[in-house]
Amino acid sequence: MAAFWNASRRDIHTLSALPKLAAKILITVVIGGFLGATLVRLAPGFGVDEEDLDARLSSQSLQALRATRANDGNLFVFYFHYLDRLLHGDLGKSRTLQRPVLQLVAERLPETLKSVALGLALGWSGGFLLAVAIVMSRAWYLDLLGSLLVGVLLCLPAAVLALLFLLAQAPSRLLLGLVVFPKIFRYSRNLLARSSALPHVLTARAKGLGNMRVLAWHILPTAAPQLLALLGVTVSVAFAAAIPVEALCDLPGIGQLAWKAALGRDVALLVNLTMIVTLITLVANSASDMVGKTFRVSEA
Amino acid sequence: MKWARVMAIVFLLGVSGACLLANFIAPASYAHQFREVPDASPSRQHLLGTDDLGRDRFSRVLYGTRVSLSLAPAAALLSSLLAAFIGGIAGFAGGRVERWVMAGTDLFLSLPWLFLLITVRALLPLNVSPIVSVLITFAMLGCLGWAGAARIICADARALSQSDFILLARASGSNGLRLLWRHLVPNLKPVLYAQFWISVPVFILTEANLGILGLGVAEPLPSWGSLLRELEGFSTVTGQVWRLVPLILFIAVVSSFHLVLTKEELIV
Repeated sequence: MAAFWNASRRDIHTLSALPKLAAKILITVVIGGFLGATLVRLAPGFGVDEEDLDARLSSQSLQALRATRANDGNLFVFYFHYLDRLLHGDLGKSRTLQRPVLQLVAERLPETLKSVALGLALGWSGGFLLAVAIVMSRAWYLDLLGSLLVGVLLCLPAAVLALLFLLAQAPSRLLLGLVVFPKIFRYSRNLLARSSALPHVLTARAKGLGNMRVLAWHILPTAAPQLLALLGVTVSVAFAAAIPVEALCDLPGIGQLAWKAALGRDVALLVNLTMIVTLITLVANSASDMVGKTFRVSEA
Repeated sequence: MKWARVMAIVFLLGVSGACLLANFIAPASYAHQFREVPDASPSRQHLLGTDDLGRDRFSRVLYGTRVSLSLAPAAALLSSLLAAFIGGIAGFAGGRVERWVMAGTDLFLSLPWLFLLITVRALLPLNVSPIVSVLITFAMLGCLGWAGAARIICADARALSQSDFILLARASGSNGLRLLWRHLVPNLKPVLYAQFWISVPVFILTEANLGILGLGVAEPLPSWGSLLRELEGFSTVTGQVWRLVPLILFIAVVSSFHLVLTKEELIV
């Protein structure tokens, strides 16, 4: 473990890899956005809107409305225009909300980031601490209770949890923590249990080392790279869960925005939101991978 | 925990059987409205009462379970086959093919697929029939859920392609396709089986999320998503506990799917 703190030379290597990583993330986001736009463009109902079914509109009005959507018709033209605007710092305008996408995202992203951060903090502290308690105490009743709780939570969709929270009038900000908690608990418990059965840990126990010392010096360093990788994964889980949670609990974040955009068939807004979430997920995953690699290298 | 696994399988078979016989068991069609008794309490005619539109809730639970229980495994089969094809070819070919395919898989994994799902689902034509909407919803789930499984299958296929029996088969003159079909695919079956069973509850949960958000299966066709959406109107004050039956059944079925997998398969 001490090697980790002295790994400054390795850190320099890690820092030199940053531009490459940034380029990789950028390319992935661009390709991801293009794939998202392709999926949207190929969806069977693309270009059809609720207004097309409005009997009150004349044929000229309908034609004018279709003309405004014609720019989105050709996928490559749509995406080229989108990238061109993006380079000039313009994410376009939301058709349903009639406001610039950048403004909407700037207003709502902090709300989601706050919920996700709180959720991750709660989920990690609850899930990880419970896993540590079970592995270190080896108490069967605690394991059974934890497994039952996690088993039930894993069977509940985030949307049902949101409805139950509304019903119980519980603070909805805690909900994302409950969504990520079972995943963190199950994975960390398995990982810590596997690490605690390794020969060097058994030797340390046999030599009479205390529980806390065994955990801090022998179990955690072995499990750390995978736990860090899990941290990256839980970020994307929390963002995905943000859609039903924010939509149903009326939290004004980007999850709710995505839901409203989906109901309003707002392509520009949805593609932008998909790209932003992809970017955040990629950055979180890459950062956790990078720290994990540094850890692994310094351990070696 | 073998007994729990057996119980889970028996329960799933029982529920599947009841759903398959829904036409005979259900007292009414899922869309039939008993307009004189909307939001009724359980009675001999309506075992779980009726919903706001006067539709028999028991019939809707049976038909909704049938939709989710038949199409989630179909979507899981689609995603497992895609994963087997993509991961198998990449792992077997190795080298540059594997690198490119795995880069594509990584890209697919980093996409927030719930965002993509609601996007594509929202863009379905407004006049789409319920059957088409349900098929498209689950087909999308199948098409988007292959990436994680493909990585695992690729790693397994790579390990297998370097194993002794494959070397022996190569030395005996087996060509690429024969090697793939006769030697690699049969050995990938356990991983594929585990991936299939892992995917089923995931797709059921995702469909439920979409359904509750109003982006799942179109009305009047029921699915678990639309049945659980009824919880929005649930109130502890009125004490209509029978409204919780779809939720209890949902939890029981999804946990049974989790129990079907052994610990080793879950780790895979």
